[in-house]
Amino acid sequence: MSELIALSDIHFAYPSGPPVLKGVDMCLMPGERLCIGGHNGAGKSTLLHIIVGLLRPSRGRITAFGAPRREEKDFHEVRCRAGFVFQDPDDQLFCPTVAEDIAFGPLNLGKSRDEAMAIVDEVLERLDLVSFRDRITHKLSGGEKRLVTLAAVLAMEPEVLLLDEPTNALDVDNKARLKEILLSLPQAMILVSHDHRFRGDVSTRTVVMSHGRLVERDMHCTATDETG
Amino acid sequence: MSHVLSAGRRALTDTGEARGTLIDGIDVRTRIVVAVAFAIVMVSLQDLAVLTTGLLAAFFLMLSARLPVARTLKRMAMMDSFIIFLIAMLPFTVPGDAMFTVFGFPASWQGLRQAAEIALTANAVILALMALVGSTEPVTLGHALRRLMVPEKLIYLLMFTVRYVDVLQQEYQRLRMAMKARGFRPSNNRHTYRSVGYLVGMMLVRAIERSERILGAMKCRGFTGRMPLFDTLAFTYRDAVFATGVTVFLACLIGAQAIR
Repeated sequence: MSELIALSDIHFAYPSGPPVLKGVDMCLMPGERLCIGGHNGAGKSTLLHIIVGLLRPSRGRITAFGAPRREEKDFHEVRCRAGFVFQDPDDQLFCPTVAEDIAFGPLNLGKSRDEAMAIVDEVLERLDLVSFRDRITHKLSGGEKRLVTLAAVLAMEPEVLLLDEPTNALDVDNKARLKEILLSLPQAMILVSHDHRFRGDVSTRTVVMSHGRLVERDMHCTATDETG
Repeated sequence: MSHVLSAGRRALTDTGEARGTLIDGIDVRTRIVVAVAFAIVMVSLQDLAVLTTGLLAAFFLMLSARLPVARTLKRMAMMDSFIIFLIAMLPFTVPGDAMFTVFGFPASWQGLRQAAEIALTANAVILALMALVGSTEPVTLGHALRRLMVPEKLIYLLMFTVRYVDVLQQEYQRLRMAMKARGFRPSNNRHTYRSVGYLVGMMLVRAIERSERILGAMKCRGFTGRMPLFDTLAFTYRDAVFATGVTVFLACLIGAQAIR
């Protein structure tokens, strides 16, 4: 089996809430850009949180990078190999300057300060964000914050990218720039988005979260094909 | 997000405390005044037997407010951890008849007595406060303090804290999660200290920015420095009975102290 991430029969409910996921099966192959669509509150973000172990399913198996993942220890490795871009960039940026925020991940991976700084410069160069290097994170605009969070995650050289609504609050230009960057990346990725056009432009496969399950759907099909 | 909307969150005014208890029926203002009076009397007492009676009375209040006993005592123990050093040091710092010596330092009986006095007083006061004031809804407490002529600025501080402490808590949790997602594991090194420092700093900056946004939104709705507070507080005969009972009890404590 060469799949990077595989979920089978994942069930999940928030404390004192109705079940959100009711038997999700999913797999991600190398080079794939899997898009997940679905209504607000369908459980798309929840699913991403489960993949990296920030939430634990009540039932089901998670296999990532060829090994079953059950405990916190297992998931730490998953988090180091799968880059998670959060829905709200403000949740992710917490260091005073852009350079420090990007260096945070590599430092967690055990890189030295000099190595981390070299990575910062390299990533900023690659995403054409060099001018942002010493900017103050909380003074960036929404679109700039989004690009910096992506840079911060790419600095960890992840094998898989998980993006939660990456186009939220982006204008047309920034959206085009993000699309260009994503298409240029070699990594497999899972994109959660309800932006039809963006999904169509980027994805190699689209699935829809419906009634707590993932349903395969042809990306150009607009009819609601919901088989719970 | 649906879990947030549909999980039936507790209302802001709901403290989760028992309803229909002896204490619950008494006006919050009465409770505050009684708690303050109780504290003042306890602080002025010295006799150990009288102090113990006060502590027992506080226990009785706790039981009649139907506070969860284990949790309340745990909270009381948390307060004790603040004064434990004082209590442990007192026998060594107060001069008097030596009880025993540690590394050549004598511990005095008089010091031990003072330590016992402080421990009894502090625990009795904190228990009474938790039973009488701690069991009120935070918003009602704000209303009651307003009626008791506490400066409005302090009340607004209390109200905003009640409203936004949860928001800050959630923001903290989200940032911690995002740090975890990038492989952060706290340990004893500079990277950890720096990162936690950034986390705290960022929370402060965001809190200030948020407060400015909130103020802006309030101004847009015509805020001029005063907030309307609506309350339904009313004194009843129960307040009179309760206040009289407590006054008689406190007078008895003072009398017992005077006799001894």
